[in-house]
Amino acid sequence: MTLFRDDGIVLRTQKLGEADRIITLLTRRQGRVRAVARGIRRTKSKFGARLEPFSHVDVEFFARGGELIGRGLPLCTQVETITAYGSGIVTDYARYTAGTTMLETAERFTEHEGEPALQQYLLLVGGLRTLSGAEHDPRLVLDAFLLRSLAVNGYAPSFEACAQCGMPGPNRFFSVVSGGVVCGQCRVPGSVVPSAESLELLGALLAGDWERADSAEDRYCREGSGIVAAYLQWHLERGLRSLRFVENGAALNRSRL
Amino acid sequence: MYEGVVQDLIDELGRLPGVGPKSAQRIAFHILQADPADVRRLTHVLAEVKDKVRFCTVCGNVAQAERCRVCQDPRRDPAVICVVEEPKDVVAIERTREFRGRYHILGGAISPIEGVGPDDLRIRELLARLADGTVTELILATDPNLEGEATATYLARMVKPMGLKVTRLASGLPVGGDLEYADEVTLGRAFEGRRLLDV
Ligand SMILES: [Zn+2]
Ligand SMILES: [Zn+2]
Repeated sequence: MTLFRDDGIVLRTQKLGEADRIITLLTRRQGRVRAVARGIRRTKSKFGARLEPFSHVDVEFFARGGELIGRGLPLCTQVETITAYGSGIVTDYARYTAGTTMLETAERFTEHEGEPALQQYLLLVGGLRTLSGAEHDPRLVLDAFLLRSLAVNGYAPSFEACAQCGMPGPNRFFSVVSGGVVCGQCRVPGSVVPSAESLELLGALLAGDWERADSAEDRYCREGSGIVAAYLQWHLERGLRSLRFVENGAALNRSRL
Repeated sequence: MYEGVVQDLIDELGRLPGVGPKSAQRIAFHILQADPADVRRLTHVLAEVKDKVRFCTVCGNVAQAERCRVCQDPRRDPAVICVVEEPKDVVAIERTREFRGRYHILGGAISPIEGVGPDDLRIRELLARLADGTVTELILATDPNLEGEATATYLARMVKPMGLKVTRLASGLPVGGDLEYADEVTLGRAFEGRRLLDV
């Protein structure tokens, strides 16, 4: 029996039995961890709203063996809130759907439980902070997060130099299979020709240049989102469930403006 | 593994929500040892519930007729609709005896990560009920968790152009508890929803 302490973001919660939940977290040191929170669904639970998705928490786990992952699911014994990002996200539907897709992406890129994924963790904390701060379009925050998640997992797309031969940009053709933009020589069947502005926007999102990204026109944001989605789906074995609801959220948001 | 029909029973029970393999085994042996009359009564209600119980065509609650008891009752205020996730929420609210309006059951909450979006809930039916102008207040009583909040946010925005009074159940400190144990989100909500003490 061992106690572990770590901080993490709550990715997902699932009901278990009468009053418990299985909490999936992306932690700083142990990567993705699933743990049981006993009695959490009762209104008088000591956990309260601390273990809701989007919460950044400091958790103490109780594991049966000497390792956190292994002999059955560990228990959450104590939880302190670091930041409850959910409050700033759930009040806006577009932010909620974008945020949910960020959580699902982080879960999918951390396939193996207990395997440290510090960069993915830091990206998620930063992404949720930006999203809940409501300073940028939720769709742009999501696309920036998706591009950088791809990058830290070894799938960084190129938006300037040719992804195949390295010819300096700008390059016109974009190919998911080739890993980004490609030159006329390296172009493969199925390449598309997005507008230069969309590619510039994606480059800005990948680099974290918000000044340039925020000034992009809506049609380029939409084209950019399509490219990011196609690129992401290619690198994940199964499609993301939440991604198809993001378009809805963004469309709803636009119709409101 | 048990022989034939005993294992079938354990497998069927194990598919029920909240019943793990060990509980399924325990229930199965309880049934095996129970009085035959008790078991016959159980199989009878199981068959009957599937035959007789339907869903109210107006609010979506479980009903024995085309419309449920609340929707049939002329004393219930048709101008106020309380929106909940599940039929069991209606039971909980009815127990308070505080609410005299009608209900609308969504059938769940929006959860993109589980693949549940607005179109999978009874939101279109709700909008249809609001169309003729009878309803003046909508009470959003989805669960006080993240998905329930997101669903309320979505609904509030959908009905905004209709100019209804839209309210959300107050969230705050559980009655009977100590303040120091409240988490930040709950305590923050309690501050937002504080009320004037009229003494
Ligand atoms: Zn090339
Ligand atoms: Zn009814």
